[in-house]
Amino acid sequence: MYLKELCELNGISGNEKPVRDFIVEHLKQQVDEYKIDKIGNLIVRKQSSDGLAGDTETKRAPVVLLAAHMDEVGLLITEITGEGFLKFATVGGIDPQILISKTVLCGNNIPGVIGCKAIHLQKREERKQTLSINDLYIDIGAGSKEEAEKNVKIGDYVAFASEFAEFGSGLFKAKAFDDRAGCAIIMEIMADRYPCSLVGAFTVQEEVGLRGSKVVSNYVQADLAIIIEATAARDTTEKREEEWVVELGKGPACSLMDALTIYKPELIARISDLAREKGIPLQFRRGTAAANDAGNLHLAGSGIPSITLSIPCRNIHSMNSLISKQDYENCLALVRLILNKCHTLI
Amino acid sequence: MDLYRNSLELAQEIITQLSPAWGVSGYEHTLKPVLKDIFNRFPVEITDDFRGNLYIQKNGNQNTQTVMLAAHQDEIGLMVNYIDSLGMVHFANVGGLDQRTLLNQEVVIHSREAVRGIISLLAKEKGVSSSKSILLEELVIDTGYSAEKVAELIQPGDIISIVRRPLTLLNQKIAGKALDDRAGIAVMAVCINELTRINHRHRVVAVATVQEEVGLRGAVTGTERLKPEIAVAIDVTHAQTPDSKAQVNNQLGKGPVLALGPNINPQIYQGLKTAAEENHIPYQIEAVAGPTGTDARVIQLVGEGIPTGLLSIPLRYMHTSVETVSLGDIVDSGKLLAHYIASLPEDLEELSCI
Amino acid sequence: MAENMTLDYKFLKELTESFGPSGNEKQVAALIRAYAENFVDSSETDTLGNLILSKNGAGNKDQAAGKKKIMIAAHMDEVGLIVTYIDRHGYLYFSPVGGIKEAELPGRRVMFGSGLKGVVARERKKNEQGKPMGKCFIDIGVNGEEKAREKVKEGDMAVLSGEFVETESHIIAKALDNRVGCFIALQVLKNYQGEHDLYVVFTVQEEVGARGAKTAAFEIEPDLALIIDTTISYDTPKEEYRTAANKGVAIKAMDRTIIVSPKIKQWMTDTAQRHGIPYQCEVISAGGTDSGPVHLTKGGIATGGLAVPVRYLHTASEVAAKADIEAAYALLSELVKNPPEI
Repeated sequence: MYLKELCELNGISGNEKPVRDFIVEHLKQQVDEYKIDKIGNLIVRKQSSDGLAGDTETKRAPVVLLAAHMDEVGLLITEITGEGFLKFATVGGIDPQILISKTVLCGNNIPGVIGCKAIHLQKREERKQTLSINDLYIDIGAGSKEEAEKNVKIGDYVAFASEFAEFGSGLFKAKAFDDRAGCAIIMEIMADRYPCSLVGAFTVQEEVGLRGSKVVSNYVQADLAIIIEATAARDTTEKREEEWVVELGKGPACSLMDALTIYKPELIARISDLAREKGIPLQFRRGTAAANDAGNLHLAGSGIPSITLSIPCRNIHSMNSLISKQDYENCLALVRLILNKCHTLI
Repeated sequence: MDLYRNSLELAQEIITQLSPAWGVSGYEHTLKPVLKDIFNRFPVEITDDFRGNLYIQKNGNQNTQTVMLAAHQDEIGLMVNYIDSLGMVHFANVGGLDQRTLLNQEVVIHSREAVRGIISLLAKEKGVSSSKSILLEELVIDTGYSAEKVAELIQPGDIISIVRRPLTLLNQKIAGKALDDRAGIAVMAVCINELTRINHRHRVVAVATVQEEVGLRGAVTGTERLKPEIAVAIDVTHAQTPDSKAQVNNQLGKGPVLALGPNINPQIYQGLKTAAEENHIPYQIEAVAGPTGTDARVIQLVGEGIPTGLLSIPLRYMHTSVETVSLGDIVDSGKLLAHYIASLPEDLEELSCI
Repeated sequence: MAENMTLDYKFLKELTESFGPSGNEKQVAALIRAYAENFVDSSETDTLGNLILSKNGAGNKDQAAGKKKIMIAAHMDEVGLIVTYIDRHGYLYFSPVGGIKEAELPGRRVMFGSGLKGVVARERKKNEQGKPMGKCFIDIGVNGEEKAREKVKEGDMAVLSGEFVETESHIIAKALDNRVGCFIALQVLKNYQGEHDLYVVFTVQEEVGARGAKTAAFEIEPDLALIIDTTISYDTPKEEYRTAANKGVAIKAMDRTIIVSPKIKQWMTDTAQRHGIPYQCEVISAGGTDSGPVHLTKGGIATGGLAVPVRYLHTASEVAAKADIEAAYALLSELVKNPPEI
C-alpha cells in the first residue's frame, strides 16, 4: 500500500520530481516500459496477459489508459520582505482561511508558520472580513532579509506540514489525497496483468490548469480511459444532502458531468451494472462543477471514451483531508473489475 | 550539589514539554503532573489549592516577607455544545480563540477517552456572501465517527483543546500553542534556576495561576490566599509583525517588556529597569494607560492593594496555535527577575508607600 | 425518577404573582419568610436585602468531624422597569431593570408594588425612517400629571403582569425566572434532614449583575455552594439540540462567569445518574447567574449550578415543564445530602 508514503512526499505543481522518482523506483520492475516526457509526465506501459501489445493496426487487446495526477496544491514564495518574512502565492486552488495558524515547510524543509494578527489588535469590523492571501505571510524566524535569503529564495515551494494517520472509524487523514490516492491505486494495479494493455499516465500540473494531461493527450491513444481522482465531499452539514456532492463511505463516485466533460451514459450504465453485480458500492457525483484531466484526455486524437472515478475526500486541498479506507479499497476493486471485463465495455 | 542548569537549554526543554500539553481554563488538572515534574528539579516546596493554582516556594535567607510571581498555566480552548444528527460536534469558545484561525485545525475532545477531531466548515446559508468572515456557529468538529459512536463517546460540556507540537524556527525562535502563558511559566522556572546561585532575602512564591483567560479568576483567589508583600505578573505581550506596525512597537528578540502605568507600582517598574541596566540585560518598555489584560489587573486590587509589576514576553500571533516567541527573551526575562529579586530592600513595605 | 413526587404548585403561584424587581424584593422576601417560619432554625436579612434561612445539621457532628456548611442560592428578583419621568399627560417614561427588551414591551400590561396596573405603549407618530419617535411609555389610565402623581413617583418600579396557569404538564407564569428556583430551594429546605448545616439564601439583584450573591457568600463562607436558577429552553419548532424543556434538570458546565470545576460537574451528573433523575448539560457563551461572584469569593468556594429550562424568559408568560421542576427538586435534594470531598 503506497498511500502513506505518497501523501507524505512533497510534490507541488511544477515540482513533482520527488513523487515521480518514488513511483519510478517502485514500478520499474513491474511494468514493461516507462518514459518521462518533456514536461514531466510519467507514462508506464504493461502488456496484456495474453501478450498482445496495444497497436491500433493489428488485432489486439484493448488499450486502457489509467490516469492520475502527481501534483498537489501548495504555496510559492513570491517575495522576501525587508524584515525577513515571506510573501507567497497559492499554487492551485486553496481557500486562504485554512492557511491561518498552520505550520509549513519551505524549500529545503525550512520550518515556518503562517500566523494571524492577534485578535486583541483587531477592530470589530476587521474581524468580520475574511483574510486574503495578500494579508498573510510566512514566518521562519529570520531576523532580516539577508538571513531569510540564506535559507530560502523566491520561487521556492512551500508544502503543508502534515503526517498521514488513521482517523475516526476507518478513515485516513493526510494532505494530498488529491490525487496521491489516484496514483496509489494505479501503482497497485500495475502489480498484475489484465486482459487489456495498460497505459498508466501519472500527469503533472493538473492543479494549475490540467497542463500535463494536455501534453499527454497529444500523443496517447486508448480504447477506454479511467481517470482516478479525489473529489470534495461536503457531507458534514445536516439537512443539506442535495449539496453534499459525494459522501464518505458510500463507495467511489462516478462523475456524470463536469465543467469540461460529459460522460457517456452508456458507459456509466455499464459500469453501474458491473459494480452492482459484484456488490461494489458506487455513488454518483451530485455536482457538475470543476474539471480534471478527463477534460483533455477524452478529446485526445479522435476521442477516447472516458470515465472519472473519484474517492470522496473531506477538507480537500488542506493539510487535514479525510478519506474512507473502504472507499479507497472499493475504488481499487472496481477498477480491477473494469479491467477484467474490459471486453464488455469497448 | 550544583543545581544550576544552563538557562537556555532549560527554557527550550520546558517549552517543548509544556506547550503541547493540555490544560484549558477550568480544566488545568491535566497539567499538574507536568508542572510538578518541571519544578521538582529545583530546591522548592510545591503546594496547590482546590481551584488548581500551583504554588512553588523558594525560600530566601530571611524569609520574613513574600514576593509573588504569577504566570498563568491555562490555555484557551473550546467546549462541546451539542452534537447534531450527523455526529458533527458543535462547540463554544472558552477564552478568546479567534474563529478565523480555526479552520482545518486538529483538536482533541477530552471525554472518557481522548477523541481526535478536525475543525470543518458547514455549508453557508443560502444567499450569504462568502466574503464575510467565518462565524463560530458555522464550524464543527469532524471526528470521523458515526453519529451513534459520537453520542456514546462525547457529551455536551466536555472540554476541547488544540493539538500542536512546538516548532523550532531560526534564531532561537519557537512556535507553538499556549505560549500565552506557558512562556511565562518557563520564565518563572528560569528565574528560580538563577536564584539557586544568587543570594536573596525574601521568600519567592511562583504561582502558576488558573483561569486567567476567562477572567483572571485563579489570580484573585491565589493572591488572597498568599497575601504577598509585592507581586510581579509575567505574561506575554504583542510583538510587532508586518501587519501590526501601526499598533505595536515591541520586537521579538529584543528582551523582556517592562510595563508602566496606573496598574503598575512605579517603584517596581524602576527596580526592574535598574536591574536590567546594571546586569546588561536588554529590555523594552510599554506604557499601558489603563488596567492591563493580565493577572496584574486583579492582583493590584487584593486586600489593601498589592504593589504589582508586570514583565511581558514579546509574542507574535497571540491566541493562534502558532504563537511565536524568542527563547532568548525568556532567558533574559528569567535572569532579570532573579537579579531584581536579589536587589530588593529588606523591608518590602518601602515599596508600597505612594 | 424513583419516586412519584408531585409538588404542590399553589405556593409557586403566590411566588410568581408577587412583586419583586431587582432592588425591591421585600414583598417576595416577606412571603418566603412567612412560608418557611415553621421549618427553619434561623432567618436573617442582610444589608442588601438577601434573605438567609438555615437549618442546622441533624446529629451531633461538628466541623472537626466533617460537618459542612452547604449554601443553596436562588435569586428572588425579577426584571422590571423603573419610572424615570412623568409627563404632563400622566404618561410614565422608564428604563429597563435587568435584561428586558424594550422592543417586546408595547401592548404588555405591567404592575406596580402598590397593585396599580398599566400598559406599555409606543409612540404612534413616526420619523423619516418609519420608526416611532421617542421611547415607549406606560399608560396608567389617568387624566394628567397630577392624577398620576397621586399613584406613582419617579423611582417606582413595575414588573410584567401575567396570570399563573397550571396545565397537566407545564406551568405558565411571569417570573418563573427565578421564583421557580426559590420554590424548589424552599421544598428542599423543608424536607432536609441531612447532617450538614444548610443555608438557603434568597438573593437580591441577580438580574442586574448577581450583586446580592457576592455579599451573602462573603458572610456565610460555605464549603459548597449550589445555585439554582433558570436557563434558556431551545425548543421552538425550528430549533433542535441544546438545553430544552422536558429533557430534565440542566447541570451547568460553563457560562460567561464560571467554568464549573470538572470534579463538581462529575459529582452532579453521577448523582443524577445514580438516582435515575433525567438531566442535561448547560453550555452557554453569554449570560451568567449567581454562581459567578459566589465561586470567586474569599479564597474561592466550590460551586455548582442547576437550572430549570424556561421558554420565553423575561416575558409576561414564561413556560416550564413540571417534569423538569421535579427533576431539579429531586437532584438538589440528593446533592445536599452527600456533598463531595473537594
